[in-house]
Amino acid sequence: MAFLSGEYQWNTELWAHGPSPGKFYNFPGTSQESDQSDIVKRTLHPTVTGTSVMGIIFKDGIMLAADTLGSYGTLARYRDLSRVSVVNDATVIAAGGDYADFQYLKSVIEQRVIDENCYDDGFNYTPQSLFSWLTRVMYNRRSKYDPLWNTFAVGGINNGKPFLGYVDKIGTAYTSNTLASGFGAYLARPMMRDALEKNPDMSEEEAKAVIMRCMKVLHYRDARSLNRFEIVTVTKDGARVEGPLSIKPDWSIVRQSRCGKSS
Amino acid sequence: MEYAQKAVENSGTAIGIRGKDGVVFGVEKLVRSKLYEVGANKRIFNIDTHIGSAVAGLLADARHVVDTAREEAANYRYNYGESIPLKYLTNRVSMYVHAYTLYSSMRPFGVSMILGSYDEGLPQLYMIDPSGVSWGYFGCAIGKAQQTAKTEIEKLKTKEMPISEVVKEVAKIIHIVHDEVKDKAFELELSWVGEQTQGRHVLVPDDIKEEAIRYANEALKEPDDEEDQAIG
Repeated sequence: MAFLSGEYQWNTELWAHGPSPGKFYNFPGTSQESDQSDIVKRTLHPTVTGTSVMGIIFKDGIMLAADTLGSYGTLARYRDLSRVSVVNDATVIAAGGDYADFQYLKSVIEQRVIDENCYDDGFNYTPQSLFSWLTRVMYNRRSKYDPLWNTFAVGGINNGKPFLGYVDKIGTAYTSNTLASGFGAYLARPMMRDALEKNPDMSEEEAKAVIMRCMKVLHYRDARSLNRFEIVTVTKDGARVEGPLSIKPDWSIVRQSRCGKSS
Repeated sequence: MEYAQKAVENSGTAIGIRGKDGVVFGVEKLVRSKLYEVGANKRIFNIDTHIGSAVAGLLADARHVVDTAREEAANYRYNYGESIPLKYLTNRVSMYVHAYTLYSSMRPFGVSMILGSYDEGLPQLYMIDPSGVSWGYFGCAIGKAQQTAKTEIEKLKTKEMPISEVVKEVAKIIHIVHDEVKDKAFELELSWVGEQTQGRHVLVPDDIKEEAIRYANEALKEPDDEEDQAIG
């Protein structure tokens, strides 16, 4: 059969001036539409972006960290953008990716929290419920081919139990006791995992030390990072944003690495 | 219009007092049947984080106006990125209420609404009536016993009082104006917004409310030995 042997081709001339496959027939002179009019263009690239976010669960709380750089492509354009947001006493988020999308979502969440408070029924967002909602929003937007260009870390405590969740622009979501996006997924996450395996009952101070170390490594190796970052911690005492903090970099180690050696 | 005003005058009293560092609301919520759950049909509402309101009149109408107010507050926040000043909110809501007085096909809202906020260190209090008229106040009362309540408020030096003091007076006034003979049961609703609530409008915590009620009952006892019991 010609059909199967690959010789078959779509012949639009079967019906001269007829509709192409899958399209409606346009009566001559009545159509207002050109063939291209239903093509919608969407943002395909983020503009001002933030780099990695990371998070870790410790004994009685969680900790998220993100630096304060807003990159415009490879240009380090803004040095003081906060990428963490406190939703309520027990819930926080941190975002990487397009900063405008983050601001949009932040304002949506803020209004939702206010609306929720207005009902005065004692309910509020828990880390789990915010995470669940956020995964739906992100998946829904990617299904419209119009994603929010972010990776989010959602963290907090609920009934004394710490929670940490990850959602990205294509709606991939998981919960875990360590989490990092972008470069951090390769550099910071193994370090956090390792630290947590060796010390499952990590204290807040120890968790902070791990985060600081991760930020240092990321500062060394991620060209889109800045030595100026915020850490947000949630414990039973509430949510607390620290920073901007910085680490003391020691660039003399560059000589010991391969790229620092003169040929 | 007259019927709308009548609806307000038939409802349990609601008062709002603007103190030195905040605003306190008090509502005498008449409980018409013992079959109601405690706390049903609340008449104090949150509009935005920093704005609260107390209403008198038809509760169903009130809820609709409250919804409109919330929408306006959200809309302002969306457009300007900050919380709405109470002056503007009152303006917008009273325009809405007024619009319902203009057409033969619609009836006015049978609701008076007291709005209070604490913003940038400044307490504010407004009242909107069914005609859509609104004024700023230092203290105001709506509902059944508005006259008695107003004279009681006038006795106070509200401008110098911190809300921790005002809340007691509010509880007292509600107890004074409550008519034992005609309406038996009532629940006292108390809320405030001010310095000590970090500018958030919240219900008065139970312990402070209890203390205010105790103060009210004692103050009532003094002139003649009238006792009354309040629920909640």
